[in-house]
Amino acid sequence: MNNIYWESFKTFFKIGIFTLGGGYAMIPLIEEEVVNKKKWVSKDEMLDLIAIAQSCPGVFAINIATFIGYKLNKVRGAIATALGTALPSFLIILAIAIFFKQFEDNKVVAAIFRGIRPAVVALIAVPTFRLGQRAKLNWFTFWIPVVCALAIWALGVSPIYIIIIAGVAGYIYGRFVQDDKDTSKQGV
Amino acid sequence: MIFLYLFITFFEIGLFGFGGGYGMLSLIQHETVEHYHWLSTAEFTDIVAISQMTPGPIGINSATYCGYTAIQNAGYGHLMGILGSITATFALVLPSLILMILISKMFMKYMNTSLVQSVFTGLRPAVVGLLAAATLLLCNRENFSTPIENPWQFWISVALFAATAFGTGYLKINPIRMICYAGFAGLLLLY
Repeated sequence: MNNIYWESFKTFFKIGIFTLGGGYAMIPLIEEEVVNKKKWVSKDEMLDLIAIAQSCPGVFAINIATFIGYKLNKVRGAIATALGTALPSFLIILAIAIFFKQFEDNKVVAAIFRGIRPAVVALIAVPTFRLGQRAKLNWFTFWIPVVCALAIWALGVSPIYIIIIAGVAGYIYGRFVQDDKDTSKQGV
Repeated sequence: MIFLYLFITFFEIGLFGFGGGYGMLSLIQHETVEHYHWLSTAEFTDIVAISQMTPGPIGINSATYCGYTAIQNAGYGHLMGILGSITATFALVLPSLILMILISKMFMKYMNTSLVQSVFTGLRPAVVGLLAAATLLLCNRENFSTPIENPWQFWISVALFAATAFGTGYLKINPIRMICYAGFAGLLLLY
């Protein structure tokens, strides 16, 4: 019994090490290890898992890992896989956090980061538009992200409230006014 | 006390962080930069850059880094800093752990109902707004300088922003490579 905990921990530790660029880059790797090699879940189950993990809050990779771990060994299995996924990035970032402080004031490092920062802002700006396309915004829904963004940016509203309001509004919209498109404006 | 705040903050981020790593950015930024001032905007941007270049989810990376830095900035030593990053990371993972176990235990059948679907209909456009807000908040003096204060750095920054947006958006250049180019440009032009 001990073996399977260690096995699943090791597998997700490996997945955690080799995924650059965040959660979605993880999908092919998880599929290779968990579906093809270890056969812990089937291909169809994996598709369902991805859909659920994507729609739930939290870190995508941790969601997936927890799901598979729980399926294998209940709560302890879930802890093993979640720990395995989080540990590599935890250790790497901790090392960077400890040493970066000492290099921060170094002139060369400071110049490099002055160049990197505007580039990073662009890296966040680009997916905003891609996400907008995927959310299938149209002239009836276009105002929602605009209002949300302005509320956070200009008025300093916490994104948590925006999430709660949007979820409740979506629920009300789906429950009461889905047939009548125009009344959706009352939703948020 | 700061440990308790770290725990609560990252638990909330884990609980309300919809829309993947980027969707989470807005929450992390609001809490750690705007609300608690644990990090400066520049530090937050650096974390995003470092997250892009190192393996692992951006949420975990920020929690770990922020936990350590927040404790350090409060004047504690290395060991307490490490404890801080453990606290923040654990708090971030905990809601996922609980929620996923609950879902696989009993809520699996509810996930495809129209009720859940309509909640997501509301969330999807809002998450786009969250990401837009994160972008807007990052467009500030710390990341770009200003035309009055330092016009040279400002216009170089704007050019690097445009080049990166074009490079990753249209030419599909790997983001890590773009970050390296930008770092090199910074070394040459902004030293």
